[in-house]
Amino acid sequence: MKLSIHGLVQRFDGPRGSRQAATVLDGLDLVTGDIQALVLIGPSGGGKSTLLRILAGLDVPVSGSVAFDGAPLPRDEAALRGYRRTVGTVFQAYNLFPHLTGLQNLLLPLVHVHGLTEHEARERVREPLERFGLTPHAHKRPAELSGGQKQRIAILRALVVRPRRLFLDEPTSALDPEMTAEVLEMIAELKLGGTQFVLVTHEMGFARRVADEIAFIADGRVTAHGTTAAFLDQTTDSRIREFLRRTLHA
Amino acid sequence: MPRWLASLIVLAVLAGGGALAFASLDMNWNWGIVWEYRAAFWQGWWTTLALSIAALVTSSLIGVVAALMLRSPIVLVQAAARVYVELIRGTPLLVQLLIGWYVIAAALRVGTDHRYLVGVLVLSLFSGAYMAEIFRGGLDAIPKAQLDSGRAIGLTPWQMLRLVVLPQAVRIVLPSVAGQLVSLVKDSSLLSVISIAEFTFNARNVNSATYSTLESYLPLAAGYLAVTLPLSALSRWLERRFRYEAA
Repeated sequence: MKLSIHGLVQRFDGPRGSRQAATVLDGLDLVTGDIQALVLIGPSGGGKSTLLRILAGLDVPVSGSVAFDGAPLPRDEAALRGYRRTVGTVFQAYNLFPHLTGLQNLLLPLVHVHGLTEHEARERVREPLERFGLTPHAHKRPAELSGGQKQRIAILRALVVRPRRLFLDEPTSALDPEMTAEVLEMIAELKLGGTQFVLVTHEMGFARRVADEIAFIADGRVTAHGTTAAFLDQTTDSRIREFLRRTLHA
Repeated sequence: MPRWLASLIVLAVLAGGGALAFASLDMNWNWGIVWEYRAAFWQGWWTTLALSIAALVTSSLIGVVAALMLRSPIVLVQAAARVYVELIRGTPLLVQLLIGWYVIAAALRVGTDHRYLVGVLVLSLFSGAYMAEIFRGGLDAIPKAQLDSGRAIGLTPWQMLRLVVLPQAVRIVLPSVAGQLVSLVKDSSLLSVISIAEFTFNARNVNSATYSTLESYLPLAAGYLAVTLPLSALSRWLERRFRYEAA
C-alpha cells in the first residue's frame, strides 16, 4: 500500500456550551513508500488514534485528503460504509459483541455484511480458528475469554472478511505482558503472511520487528518519518530519542 | 431447599396468619351469594386479560418509538417525545382516562361502542411513557465502543440496531419492563371509570348487589395474581435465557 495524506485537519467540539474546539490533527502530511506495514508511534493525545479512525473510515476529517494507492477516501457515510467493508479495524478493547459467542462474532460480518451463507461462513473461519489456536474457545462468550483471546478473535473477525488492509489501534495496550505477547505474535504472523496493516502501538521492540516505515506523531503532525532502521537508529530529534529511550526501557 | 418449596412455605405462613386474623374477626362469610355471580367475575377476568394483552403490545410499540424519538438528533422530534413522557408520567391515569373519553373521544365523535378501544389506547399511552424511559435507559447503556465495532465491520444503522443494540438492550431492560407490565395489568382496573366492564368493575358491581365486600374483592386479588405471577415467571425465564455474562 502507498499512503498519501495531505493537510489533514481534525477538530472536536469542546464541552457543551463552550466555543472551544480542540484541534487534534493540525495539517498532518505523510507520504509513504509502497509498503506492507506502517507503524504510528508518539505520545498520548498526539493524534495517532484520531488519524487511524480517519484511515479506517470511521471519522471524516474537517479538511485535507487521504488516499491509499491513489484512491482517495470518500467523505459521505454511505460510501464510507462501503469502504469500511473492504478494510478491517481492531480497537484497544471491547471489540467483540458480548451477547454472541466468539464464533458468532466471526460469522456476523460474513453473513450479514458480505452475504455468505451460514455454512460458507463456518467453512471460512474453521481453518483460521485452528491456526491461531482459538478453536477450543470458539463457543465461549467474550465474558468467558481472556483479554488476549478476545483480541485475537477480534483480529480474526477483521481478517476473515479478506480485507485489503487492517487498522490496529493499540491492540495490546489493555493487556498484561503475557497476553500482549500472544497478540503480537499473531500480528507478526500476519506480517509474514503478507497482510497489509497500519498499527498504532507503544511496543517499540515490536515496531522494529514488523514495521516497514515508522511515523512519529505529536501535536497533530508527523514530526518524523522514515524506514524502520533509519528512523530508529539515525534519528537525531531529541524528543524522539527521549520517547524511544523511555518506551524501550519501560 | 428448592425455590418453589421455599415460596410455598412463605405462602403457607402468610395464609395461616390471614386465617387467624379472619378467625378473630368472627366474619360472617357469605360465599354462596357471591358464587351466584361467578359468571360476572369470569367474564370480567377475561376482559381484563384481553385489555391487558392489547395494551401490553401497544404500549411496548409506543415505548420503542418514543424511546427512539427521545434519542433523535432532530430537536423538535426529541422535544415532542419529552413533552409526551413528562405530561403522561406527571398526571394520574384517572384524569387521562376521563379526558381521553369525555373530551377527546367525545370531540372526535367516537361512538360508545368504541369504549374499549379508547380505553386500551389511553392505557397504552400511559404505560408507553414509562416504557419509553425504560427503553431509552437500555439503549443509552450500550457502550459507544459497541457502535464503533459495528460500524467498523460495515453494518448499516438498521443492522446495528437489530444485531448489536437491541439484543443487548433487551437483556438490560427486561426486569424493568416486566415490572411495568405487571403495573399495567393492575392499572387496567381504572378503566372501570369509563364504564368498561373489566374485572374490578364487575367485582364492584357484585359487591354493591350483595353487600359481601371481602367475598367480592378477595377473588379479585386472586384473579389479578393469576395474571401477574405468570408474567413475573416468564420474565425471570427470559432473563435467564438472555443472560450472557459468565455464569
